[in-house]
Amino acid sequence: MMPAKPRLVRVLDRTAASATITIDGDVVQAFAGESVLVAVLAHTTRLRTHEVDGAPRAGFCLMGACQDCWVWLADGHRIRACTTRVVDGMAVLTGPPAGPADA
Amino acid sequence: MHSTVIVGAGPAGMAAAVVLARAGEHPIIVDEAEQPGGQVWRKPAAPLQPALARILGRAAAAEHEQAHAEFASIAASVDHRPRHLAWNLQGGELFVIEHRRIRPLRYGALLLATGATDRLLPVPGWTLPGVFSLGGAQTLLKDQGALIGRRVVFAGASPLLYLAALQYKAMGATVVAVLDTTALPEKLRATPALAAAAPRVLARGLSYMARLRAGGVAIFHGVTALGIEGQDYAERVRFRCSRGAEHDLAVDAVALGFGLRAETQLLDLAGVPLAFDVDFRQWLPIVDGDGRAAPGLYAAGDGCTIGGAAAAAISGRLAAYAILADRGVAVPATEVAMLRARLARLRAFQRALSRAFAWPAHWLADARDDTVLCRCENVTVGVVRAAVAAPLGPREVNRAKALTRCGMGRCQARFCGLATAELMAHALAAPVATMGRHRSQAPVKPIPLDATLVDEDTP
Repeated sequence: MMPAKPRLVRVLDRTAASATITIDGDVVQAFAGESVLVAVLAHTTRLRTHEVDGAPRAGFCLMGACQDCWVWLADGHRIRACTTRVVDGMAVLTGPPAGPADA
Repeated sequence: MHSTVIVGAGPAGMAAAVVLARAGEHPIIVDEAEQPGGQVWRKPAAPLQPALARILGRAAAAEHEQAHAEFASIAASVDHRPRHLAWNLQGGELFVIEHRRIRPLRYGALLLATGATDRLLPVPGWTLPGVFSLGGAQTLLKDQGALIGRRVVFAGASPLLYLAALQYKAMGATVVAVLDTTALPEKLRATPALAAAAPRVLARGLSYMARLRAGGVAIFHGVTALGIEGQDYAERVRFRCSRGAEHDLAVDAVALGFGLRAETQLLDLAGVPLAFDVDFRQWLPIVDGDGRAAPGLYAAGDGCTIGGAAAAAISGRLAAYAILADRGVAVPATEVAMLRARLARLRAFQRALSRAFAWPAHWLADARDDTVLCRCENVTVGVVRAAVAAPLGPREVNRAKALTRCGMGRCQARFCGLATAELMAHALAAPVATMGRHRSQAPVKPIPLDATLVDEDTP
């Protein structure tokens, strides 16, 4: 299935600081210093699915208060996407990484 | 022992740091963000700074730049610690975490300038991707140079709806409409009080509306029955206008905000009493006019009482003078008196605004049962109503939380707490203040389990 068209739009040029990251394995061009939330939502329409009902979520308050934008890094750490900055080589997962039992 | 620790580098914290540094002190200022400025004066990342005037408009950009220039001028005297979350306050120590390292900070005086978030009211569809808080939509633009969408509706009850809509329009978004849930007559009734308190601020606000209209943006007052629909993201906004007609707008994003809600968790943990404010319809700490909350503990800015950026900066300066005066340092009496008078005017303005842009708490009386109330735990309006209606049902929000999980999630009821109290008050036909408020708990925001405690002086 084709991914839905992302809605969030970058309007200012930050190409000076490009960074390559992966989002669920997709190689994505992002920008060092921008938030992980922007990098993900400029690529796809959701950040995660809700633990209770599985509905898509994309964060909400955008200022570190609502905690609705937590995603995973491939090393298992959880990060708050709206306040974590993109670093070149980052591997972002929108669902929990497979643990040893799932591997 | 550090003499003064400030939590929050927004308008209040920055202004307080300037006063303290100029008095020869070396305050520590801890702040969660990468850049100082808080939400309202958020300093954009370097590549975005040239566009600041375009985003904010010239007048606001000038205020923004002046505040940052003042803060930069004292950089050598201030220990500014960005990316530091203050998550607990206990036994005279402030616990701060930075990248999985927890540090206790002892202080002689502690100034809490923790700011505010948007206040939210649950509407159908508000958990859909594409729906964001109004303040967040502005922060995203200032901090990240990004828009929440291309076709945006700004909805809620706040003067900031108009400012944010203008900012988005200036940056190329299509502003589909501004949906103001407050009626025009309510705003007209508040105009004399607004004009008396701060005529220039009022004039600026009215100019936002006029510029939007001149730019062809539809503005609806007295909007009701607001709801957002879409399969996997926000696609349509439905509402009823003040003439009773139903409307349906195609969008790809919605900014939603109903005024501000103070971040009072650390004050609560410190044992500072909070009282229900009938205008702002929320619980605010009891402090004196200069921000004294308890011996050695001070509060300023929107985390103390809702006032806006200018009032926050003044209250930060007053709190800093209170800290100095309480140490026996002479403070400039004329300046303090002038600051108190200006703060009183700005706060009176904000109080009048809270009436002009009252949040429609009565919507909770007939909110749909299937509307999500608690975003974190996905608890609906109907679940809380049913709990309240049951025999021996909860009569207070913490009990409702224990029974339904509403307010138990990671945001600690920041975005559902006030609405839950209003919902319960309607269901029980009781005054909202008697529904109580969610008790604050450490950590006030999530911290990782693998964090390690290090000594205060470890670099």
